[in-house]
Amino acid sequence: MAMVDITGLRKVYDDGFEALKGVDLSIHEGEILALLGPNGAGKTTLISAVCGIAVPTGGTIEVGGHDVLRDYRAARRLVGLVPQEVNLEPFEKVIRTVRFSRGLFGLPADEAKIEAILRKLSLWDKRDTPIRALSGGMKRRVLIAKALAHEPRVLFLDEPTAGVDVELRRDMWETVAELKADGVTIILTTHYIEEAEAIADRIGVISAGRILLVEDKASLMARLGRKTLRIDLAQPLAAIPGALSHHGLTLADDGATLVYSYDTGSTRSGIARLMADLTAEGLAVRDVSTAQDSLETIFVGLVNERQEGAA
Amino acid sequence: MSGGINFGAIRAIYLFEMSRFFRTLGQSFVSPVISTSLYFVVFGAAIGSRIDQVEGVSYGAFIVPGLVMLSVITQAISNASFGIYFPKFIGTIYELLSAPVNFLEIVAGYVGAAATKALFIGAVILGTAALFVEVQILHPFAMLAFLVLTCVSFALLGFIIGIWAENFEQLQLVPLLVVTPLVFLGGSFYSISMLPETWQTIALFNPVVYLISGFRWSFFGMADVPVGLSLLAIAGFTALCLTVLWWIFRTGWRIRT
Repeated sequence: MAMVDITGLRKVYDDGFEALKGVDLSIHEGEILALLGPNGAGKTTLISAVCGIAVPTGGTIEVGGHDVLRDYRAARRLVGLVPQEVNLEPFEKVIRTVRFSRGLFGLPADEAKIEAILRKLSLWDKRDTPIRALSGGMKRRVLIAKALAHEPRVLFLDEPTAGVDVELRRDMWETVAELKADGVTIILTTHYIEEAEAIADRIGVISAGRILLVEDKASLMARLGRKTLRIDLAQPLAAIPGALSHHGLTLADDGATLVYSYDTGSTRSGIARLMADLTAEGLAVRDVSTAQDSLETIFVGLVNERQEGAA
Repeated sequence: MSGGINFGAIRAIYLFEMSRFFRTLGQSFVSPVISTSLYFVVFGAAIGSRIDQVEGVSYGAFIVPGLVMLSVITQAISNASFGIYFPKFIGTIYELLSAPVNFLEIVAGYVGAAATKALFIGAVILGTAALFVEVQILHPFAMLAFLVLTCVSFALLGFIIGIWAENFEQLQLVPLLVVTPLVFLGGSFYSISMLPETWQTIALFNPVVYLISGFRWSFFGMADVPVGLSLLAIAGFTALCLTVLWWIFRTGWRIRT
């Protein structure tokens, strides 16, 4: 079942800039969707339109079956938003700002719920601390606590780990995993490919206001990913022998390593033939290793492909 | 949430804004007490000693309604404008825009809090004035009604200014360049009847004249303009502000992208 259903979404700003050019996107209940894209791709605009911060120029958005414009109260009650910027009232105490967020959704005060959220995010000890006295990482946790205060079923995380250290990033990933376990649908925008790779179920790629693809993470990597075979030679080569030229090899490590790239989706990888040719050429192999393309490589490839197509 | 109105959100916004006020309660209390005392020293003792009475009321007592109005109007505007401008400035307005609240609920929360703060300041000034002069209130309910209506209507104006303002300079522009002169020229410290005839006519185009006149009537039973007209003026001003706010939220002007 689609928890968020976006059809033909367009957004044209007052200055004429078209940030979204007919986006169609369906987000399943309980999944983590990572939305990748370069700066200015339209990620934040897309989130803003769903959450009610930006008014769509065209198209429809439904959250839990509720239209975000016609039935905005029901739709917004389901949605929590963690913005990209650390937007917090500096002089307010942590617990008060979380209570405020819950109150905005018309929910009765529930101190047990607030305590549970703050404990989950390791903020309980800081509950009476003014926000200005918190570290950057803690402030990001407060943003998440505020977004969770009304127990949303859909959580938008707009680059939640931008600028945070590795340890905190991993903590955030754990929190996201726990939320998913609770059945919360999570949409995450990020610049960090490793983030999408680590926690997402599906990956969406957006560029220049258009969704380039949305696909299951594993199948995306299997479909588009290429593997690299590195062959460490016993004796370095000055150049690739002519008999091996048809394999498309490159030399690395001052001639000590041959690098062979192959498609994982292909029925024949060509490895057996390559190894046979190496033996025929009398080249002694010391070691071999393989590595798969990261999502980053896939993402860059997709965006470049798109740009070349547009040109 | 019940009956289609998000009362919880109104309460949350109201309490959040009031907590800001209570954080700086000392400043909120001391500042109007000192400024009122200064007004009484300058206008009451220094100048007032040379003015016998205004329409049968001692000058010191005569300026009390004007002083209260002056502070209440400026406080209502500044509290409401800052209340909505600050979330815009620091970016926390995203919370309001993504919450299940409509414009009336947002306005009720912010304007309610700003009006409450202004009302508190008005009471403090009235109390301070009572230390200097004998304050009589002929029509206490009418006085309270005028005070509340003024607090609400100017808080609405302040809210509009807060949405319109794109920086702190603009936030101060309207209160300093428009509102303060209108209040000073609106009969805060004198009766309109003391002006030359031409200026009396010009003064009638100043909306604040109607507020101060009505408010002063509730104290002393005398007014520059009929009380009904004063009530009509303040009701019209409130309706105008609400209409502007309705348009702002309908179009998202300077709020939503």
